[in-house]
Amino acid sequence: MSTPRTSRATPFWALSRAILRGFVRDRTAVFFAVVFPLMFLVLFGGLFSDQSVGKVDMIVVGDVSLIDDLPADADASFGATFDVTHSDDLDDAIAQVRKGDADVAVEQQGQTLVAHYTQTDPAKAGITAGALQALVDGTNLAVTGQPPTYSLDVESVEDESLDTIQYYTPGLLGWAVAMSAAFGAAATIQGWRQTKLLRRLQLAPVSTRTVVGARVSVTVSVALVQMAIFIGVGALFFGLTLTGAWWMAIPLLVVGTLCFMSIGLLAGAITKTQEGAVNAANFMVLPMAFLSGSFFPLEGAPQWLQTFSQVLPLKHLNDGMLDVMVRGEPWTAALLPMLFLAVFATVVTLIAARLFRWETT
Amino acid sequence: MTAAIEVIGLTKTYGDLRAVDGVDLTVGEGEFVGILGPNGAGKTTLLEMVEGLREPTAGSASVLGLPAWPRNAALLPRIGVQLQASSFFERLTAREQIHTFASLYGVAASRADEWLERVGLVEKADSRVEQLSGGQAQRLSIACALVHDPEVVFLDEPTAALDPQARRNLWDLLSGINDSGRTVVLTTHYMDEAEALADRVAIMDHGKLLVFDTPAALIHGLDAPTRITLTDGEVLTTREPAVEIARLAEQSRLDGVRVQTGTLEDVFLDLTGREYRA
Ligand SMILES: Nc1ncnc2c1ncn2[C@@H]1O[C@H](COP(=O)(O)OP(=O)(O)O)[C@@H](O)[C@H]1O
Ligand SMILES: [Mg+2]
Repeated sequence: MSTPRTSRATPFWALSRAILRGFVRDRTAVFFAVVFPLMFLVLFGGLFSDQSVGKVDMIVVGDVSLIDDLPADADASFGATFDVTHSDDLDDAIAQVRKGDADVAVEQQGQTLVAHYTQTDPAKAGITAGALQALVDGTNLAVTGQPPTYSLDVESVEDESLDTIQYYTPGLLGWAVAMSAAFGAAATIQGWRQTKLLRRLQLAPVSTRTVVGARVSVTVSVALVQMAIFIGVGALFFGLTLTGAWWMAIPLLVVGTLCFMSIGLLAGAITKTQEGAVNAANFMVLPMAFLSGSFFPLEGAPQWLQTFSQVLPLKHLNDGMLDVMVRGEPWTAALLPMLFLAVFATVVTLIAARLFRWETT
Repeated sequence: MTAAIEVIGLTKTYGDLRAVDGVDLTVGEGEFVGILGPNGAGKTTLLEMVEGLREPTAGSASVLGLPAWPRNAALLPRIGVQLQASSFFERLTAREQIHTFASLYGVAASRADEWLERVGLVEKADSRVEQLSGGQAQRLSIACALVHDPEVVFLDEPTAALDPQARRNLWDLLSGINDSGRTVVLTTHYMDEAEALADRVAIMDHGKLLVFDTPAALIHGLDAPTRITLTDGEVLTTREPAVEIARLAEQSRLDGVRVQTGTLEDVFLDLTGREYRA
């Protein structure tokens, strides 16, 4: 099974491979590290991201001066939302809408703009109604001599800040990595202590650095695989588009992984059983995920909560990843979150090391 | 005989509890030593101090002429350890397990496979450690302790929690591991095991080393009468068994008699004044 060349693996590789195999064969761990967060991504992506699916097909029946006479800038904005075709046959146009070949048929009856559309696709129906309402409102304002507001704001129909998938991919990825790093560290420290494997490794001629290094590199590798899967699924199925400095998410995620491993270490140090350690890690990570905007944006949350979230490492990880992955911020935007996470990791590791006991009794 | 292990005044206290209390012990090279004592006697604590896992409160331990504490990197490749719990990597197969340990010691995988064969686990090589029976897990654990061919081996209760049959099976393996001149220290709370395997037996109780000698010498030094049980159930106790047996032979009553000299259990009773309870 192994080639002669690899038959004498270095201690580092042997340990890494052993740990990785142990992880991959642990169905629960794999489920919570990859499948579970991915379910949320698919759920959120699928539920809320219909707004961004394609343009609205509009049939303009007869002369509709409101649309035909749009100023150039408003016309461009209008064109970003609607695919306009012209027709003179209202019945045929409505029939097309019924069949789903078009999304809306528009005619003008004197002062009234009449839109015929179905509710089959609520998202498109919403966009249509919103955009047309804005169009009419804008025109009304202009006609009544108010300052011209022909700037048709079609964007306002969609989420002004970010598309659903753009927002949730970094946030859910942050949560996924936080979970697997914290659980992994907590379960390892407890499991190895209980079986005395930690003691046994102390008696082998390998340094603590090698052992810790192997454990960390496996978790970091898992985090990078999680990242690849999330970005892959987001881009392939939900139209995720990354912005310029997205690659800064890689070092950011590495530091984030270390930070959550330290939290797992702490959970392992203050508990006596493997289950207890995993529960303690869960107890720290799950509420943190809610308060860090992994599941919903914090914009609507009370101010005190938003302030409190600033001490949470996951909040900084999520913010940093949002900035570089989807908000188009420069790579330097990840530096401050990385610093915060690194300091947090150092402090928590030191605390965990002080609290750690070899004996579980 | 050069000393493989030298322990002087070794002591470990936990608060008021003296887990190991001033133990002196010298083990020669190639010797098979059994440390016998009831649960809580201090066997594991003693062993872990000699292995360099625990800092002694007082006294010193050296292995192969090198101090055991603090953890001595030069010593580690020369000693093999089986801890009381089965310390395995989770969810690895028996083969992956021993290959990993082999790599930690820079030993080729082929050597590890030889050990799997030697402990009779070839058929179980692809089973995960969680699926091994108690006896199989202990065999694997012993193989992992020996994979780098150490000069001194420490085995902490390798047969604990095994059924009698599995225990006997393991004895065959254990009795062969110092054939090549290896020094072996094994702890056990089974009297018969110490007697069957060890060249010399150290009996511990309440952290103290009570005696350390060959089983025969320990029993011989015991001032206990010999018990002769006859077929009709009559029990004769005598301090001169030779004379008594000659008398029985004259009377043609020798068929089916059982002659019991002292056992290590009697030694323990003699030393502590209590019945031995593992
Ligand atoms: N880490 C520890 N802290 C406190 N007491 C301990 C510790 N380890 C062992 N002991 C106590 O020391 C005594 C000897 O234990 P141990 O060496 O495990 O005995 P044995 O291996 O012979 O069963 C026991 O009373 C045990 O409870
Ligand atoms: Mg013990």
